[in-house]
Amino acid sequence: MKTPNETGMNRTGIKTSPIDSRATEAGAEEGEPTSIGGESLMAAVRLELAQQADAVGSMPPPASLKGVAKSAMTVLKGESPTLLLNLLGERLAFERTGVRLYEAVIDKLPAFAADGGSARPTVADLRAIQEDELRHVDVVRRAIETLGGDPTAMTPAADLGGVSMSGVLQVACDPRAQLADSLHALLTAELVDNDGWELLIQLARGLGQEEIAQSFAQARDQEHLHLVRIRAWVMSQVMREAGVEESATLPAAT
Amino acid sequence: MTLDLTAQRGTPLPQQRFTWREIAGALPISKLDDDAFTRVRVILMNGIMSDALRFKHIANRLDGSLRVPLAEVRRVEQHMQTMINWLLPADQSPIETTIGYEQVAIEVTASVAQHEPDPYMAQLYRFGLLEDFDHLYRYSALLDRLEGKDANNILQSYTDIRPGRPTEVEHRAPVDDVRRHYDRKTAQPITRLHAITLFAGEYQTHDYYMHVGPLFSDPIARMLYAEIASIEEQHVTQYESMSDPTETLLEKWLLHEAAEVYNFWGCVQSESNKRLKAIWERFLDYELGQLAYVREIFERVEKRDAFSVLPRTLPTPIDYSSQRKFVRDVLEKEVNFRAVGTEIVPLAAEKPGSPSVRYREHINSEGSPSQIVAANYQWRPGGELIEQAAVQATVH
Repeated sequence: MKTPNETGMNRTGIKTSPIDSRATEAGAEEGEPTSIGGESLMAAVRLELAQQADAVGSMPPPASLKGVAKSAMTVLKGESPTLLLNLLGERLAFERTGVRLYEAVIDKLPAFAADGGSARPTVADLRAIQEDELRHVDVVRRAIETLGGDPTAMTPAADLGGVSMSGVLQVACDPRAQLADSLHALLTAELVDNDGWELLIQLARGLGQEEIAQSFAQARDQEHLHLVRIRAWVMSQVMREAGVEESATLPAAT
Repeated sequence: MTLDLTAQRGTPLPQQRFTWREIAGALPISKLDDDAFTRVRVILMNGIMSDALRFKHIANRLDGSLRVPLAEVRRVEQHMQTMINWLLPADQSPIETTIGYEQVAIEVTASVAQHEPDPYMAQLYRFGLLEDFDHLYRYSALLDRLEGKDANNILQSYTDIRPGRPTEVEHRAPVDDVRRHYDRKTAQPITRLHAITLFAGEYQTHDYYMHVGPLFSDPIARMLYAEIASIEEQHVTQYESMSDPTETLLEKWLLHEAAEVYNFWGCVQSESNKRLKAIWERFLDYELGQLAYVREIFERVEKRDAFSVLPRTLPTPIDYSSQRKFVRDVLEKEVNFRAVGTEIVPLAAEKPGSPSVRYREHINSEGSPSQIVAANYQWRPGGELIEQAAVQATVH
């Protein structure tokens, strides 16, 4: 199997064909732009539309009477209960996608078996992380229901979070993405996930939702461990392939 | 080398079968390693097959007696098109694919313009060519300014990135997009095959931009796709009107199959990727089988020899190589041309207050996305930021 670090026939750079690329450069220099103003024209349109635009959508109304009561109480305190529900919706969506993301990498893992070494993750390693992500789905669902929200609704933050994650998922699912590429995709997700949990805990505490904050602490600690492990595997993959000795030791699984 | 159509029966239609793994399970081409002309062929052939389906659906609405044979051929072509289009890789973003589409429009049209024996038709190809050439420049600016990427990674230095006839002035009143058609009794076969190839290519480009335009979040990207899709619609109008409306439906079907054979045959001869070459060879045989199938229907229904319509041997195939020199010559001589009615005319012949001028003044009155996106844009290797960063580093 061809690996991405082997020299092949990559034709994208100008050095692939010096004669053709010189002609392309000369052609570009000859061609005068037909409008002036540079990127400021694009910036003006972006600003104008951003000033006019509404959000991608809104939060659903409270799903239960209990929810209405809770919302009313919190609003009286001058806080925004829907902000918390919006971010909880994002976390729930992220964790659901996270389970699928790990599945995509786990399914391909045996294809990368040949390069060996103890530093690469096993199916069991990734499965353990995936099971944590699945548990987190339930933790967030319960929190949303506690606040009277509807865990099946796609909140605005969940929607845009999904857009952010779409590239990560594309890489993980691509049969041509190698182990290092796939781990890099997982690392991107874990970095965001770690901050997501931390933010939720701080916010829940600030809004007086101590019970919810406490229920998230274990998830945050687990996510931190995921990040440490994925980061180490990424490092190890790259270093081993480069023939460089690693200074750090890998953390043990819990 | 040529292909004698009278001697070819191809793969019989009932043997033209697929499995889902064949249709959609093959790995795509490499955006990085495959030659840009491999991508050009994939995009063009997707367009040809997409028009094969489109034509047959319209025919289906017009002639009840042909519905079953149309459906038989269409089913195979549906799967052929899928297999071709699925060769494009997922790491190729919609704008990168767009750059590929414009490279098709430039290099294929330039080759066609040089091989077209009818001087009026050749003029129309050169006219359209300079407009697509400008689109490439505008989309390259978008790719750079939106994603920080270099369009030449896709073009591989085969195609210039510089303004053509500015998109802003390509907007015309509908009356100035309709052209004269070739005469079915006197036109050479290549003229008819070229017209089908070009309107198929332009139609899919239009449909692609209409499909991907709303996928962008950036306002200028959305507006640029809308603006250029409008020109592609004009191009479809231009190229479609080359076709003689007095051709019978069956004659048009026969010619469309011949255009498919002609184009797969051209791909077989030029393909550098062995895996794709095998696909083109298989599909050439499939198309020859479909042509034989339609020939039989044509001769039975119209009671005339199919070769009174078809060429006995295939004409010179499309030249899949950089047409830079030709494009530059045309750019130099014809960039200021305009269309008035069916004719291509010098700039001065387009009078103030004419339908196209009035149309253009209104549609551009709140700004032109193509001018906004490319303001002061000149392509540089690696994109304009490489140079800006180097200048900044020198200053600090």
